[in-house]
Amino acid sequence: MLTIERTLEAAETAAPQAVRKKKRNTRPAWEEPPTIAGETAKGITLGGVLLVMLVPLWIIVVTSLSTQGAVNRAGGLVIWPDGLTFEAYRVMLEDTTVRTALLVSLGITAAGTAVSMAVSVMCAYGLSRSRSFAHRFLLTLLIVTMFVNGGLIPTFLVVTGLGGYGQWWSLILPSAISVFNILILRSFYSSTSADLIEAARIDGAGDWRILWSIVLPTSRAVTAVMALFYGVGYWNSFFNVMLYMPTDSEKWPLQYVLYTYVNRGNGMPGSVNSGFGTAFSQTAPLSLQMAVVVLTLVPLLIVYPFVQKHFRTGVLTGAIKG
Amino acid sequence: MTTATPTRPDRAARPVRLNWRVRLRRDRSLILMTLPAVVLLLVFNYVPLFGLVTAFQEYDPLAGIWYSTWAGLDQFQRLFGDALFWNAVQNTLYLSFVQLVLFFPVPIALALLLNSVLSQRVRNFIQSVVYLPHFFSWVLAITIFQQMLGGAGALNHFLRNNDIGTWDVMTNPDTFALLVSAQVIWKEAGWGIIVFLAALAAVNTDLYEAAAADGAGRWRRLWHITLPGLRGVIVLMLVLRLGNALTVGFEQFLIQRDAVGYDTADVLDTFSFYYGIATGDYSYGAAAGLFKSVISLLLIWGANKLAHAFGEDGLYRR
Repeated sequence: MLTIERTLEAAETAAPQAVRKKKRNTRPAWEEPPTIAGETAKGITLGGVLLVMLVPLWIIVVTSLSTQGAVNRAGGLVIWPDGLTFEAYRVMLEDTTVRTALLVSLGITAAGTAVSMAVSVMCAYGLSRSRSFAHRFLLTLLIVTMFVNGGLIPTFLVVTGLGGYGQWWSLILPSAISVFNILILRSFYSSTSADLIEAARIDGAGDWRILWSIVLPTSRAVTAVMALFYGVGYWNSFFNVMLYMPTDSEKWPLQYVLYTYVNRGNGMPGSVNSGFGTAFSQTAPLSLQMAVVVLTLVPLLIVYPFVQKHFRTGVLTGAIKG
Repeated sequence: MTTATPTRPDRAARPVRLNWRVRLRRDRSLILMTLPAVVLLLVFNYVPLFGLVTAFQEYDPLAGIWYSTWAGLDQFQRLFGDALFWNAVQNTLYLSFVQLVLFFPVPIALALLLNSVLSQRVRNFIQSVVYLPHFFSWVLAITIFQQMLGGAGALNHFLRNNDIGTWDVMTNPDTFALLVSAQVIWKEAGWGIIVFLAALAAVNTDLYEAAAADGAGRWRRLWHITLPGLRGVIVLMLVLRLGNALTVGFEQFLIQRDAVGYDTADVLDTFSFYYGIATGDYSYGAAAGLFKSVISLLLIWGANKLAHAFGEDGLYRR
């Protein structure tokens, strides 16, 4: 058995203890009382960690909501709100480049996640019934790709050879499945109650029915987490765009627009005649740039809270991927 | 590599191994389910594997893989005589080492610190926050760094206003290794704590109580109970890191290469891209890629041997 699968099992067996810990919000009797210096140091460190994570996001959000006057007064990024407006967001959403990119990103993310999840879930279930025909061979076929791959250039040549240059599918299919995610799903499906499956089988349910009506509903948490992984991957897709459609600016997703207009500071086509005046025709105004940054963040922040609570069950192995 | 699965009770009950034709018939829908994934892997993983022969050719996009002329080991000879290639190798190893030293201990320390927080609410809040940047794209993460630390960023703005001078971290080649390590720590250290928190939750609390009763203070408990409890995970993560020593992040360097210059920021992966795809010299890039793959495979194998020598499982069990 692969170590990742065993780590997953260990984590599951550790779960009851974690629950017990949750109830214990008090210090156990045998532990020595905390020292003031120790507690202060702990508080400062953790507080510092939180600040390093949150302050940049705060500054970016505030700047995106600031008026041009506030940006000018601050001489750049705005830290304290000083004249707020949604002007940057209005201009951004009227800009065809950003609007198209938003639609492209949402489309790729939705279509890609659907494809990835369908293929992965089916494959994981197909391999989860032990002693099934050729499952060892198929599993080996999958796992080998985790260690050996053709690399960047042969993959590029295959995709372009199949006519993928400038095509939507080149952003989805070449990296549609992660063998690692399939293995995680598979180890969850393997642990679905065998009695339940046997009972369904006696009632005449086939494998498709068992997958749809029993296995999927009993593993919602891991399914949600995997969908988040795939979805984030597609939402963040950047290099595939650089490879397969670097010049088709109408097909660029949001990340590539962010890269071109904010990271590299190229002029944004729509900002010339915007409410910010022509002074900024070379580089988009800072608040507009920050609004684009916020736009790439928002979908993530919407989905994150719903899935985050499942991380404990679904993700433990995912972290090992690092 | 072992791929043994625990026997499934729902079918394991059958005492005799059935004829393969019977099993194929019985499992045809299972096979059908794996088919899309297998096809995708064959097309986008196994065919490119075959495509590695381009590394031994003078690949011509018009002639294609079947009709390109063979070049034997010419590409590799060129590669090993190329100062830019050795520059990329050197950068990769250096950056990998710096990241190992600076990044690796951070999630462990953070997990220990977080584990000592009593309030579950505070812990959950901190976890939600530190996991978040893991889901940011590199474009986004670097944009954030640029806005905070770049020449026109928040830090330099503050420095200029107070007449301390400027300190442009984003374009300085000398501090590039520190910068990329800081970026990786900011983005991934929080996510990295998950495995360690799980391992910490699995440590038997009775051990702590017994040790405390025997007079062990908190540092001795940390040293004699907590760290041994984390040992397996730490070794596993170290093995994975060593096995991936030649992969130091790709998009992160691609995006920042122009700002600090290729002599600092080119790593093996970006080398393949710039001297293979961007210039159309496909065979040359493929040769560099193949070189990296072979060394990586050796590293994974070696790191695993090392883990076994420590009495740990490593990537797979012996």
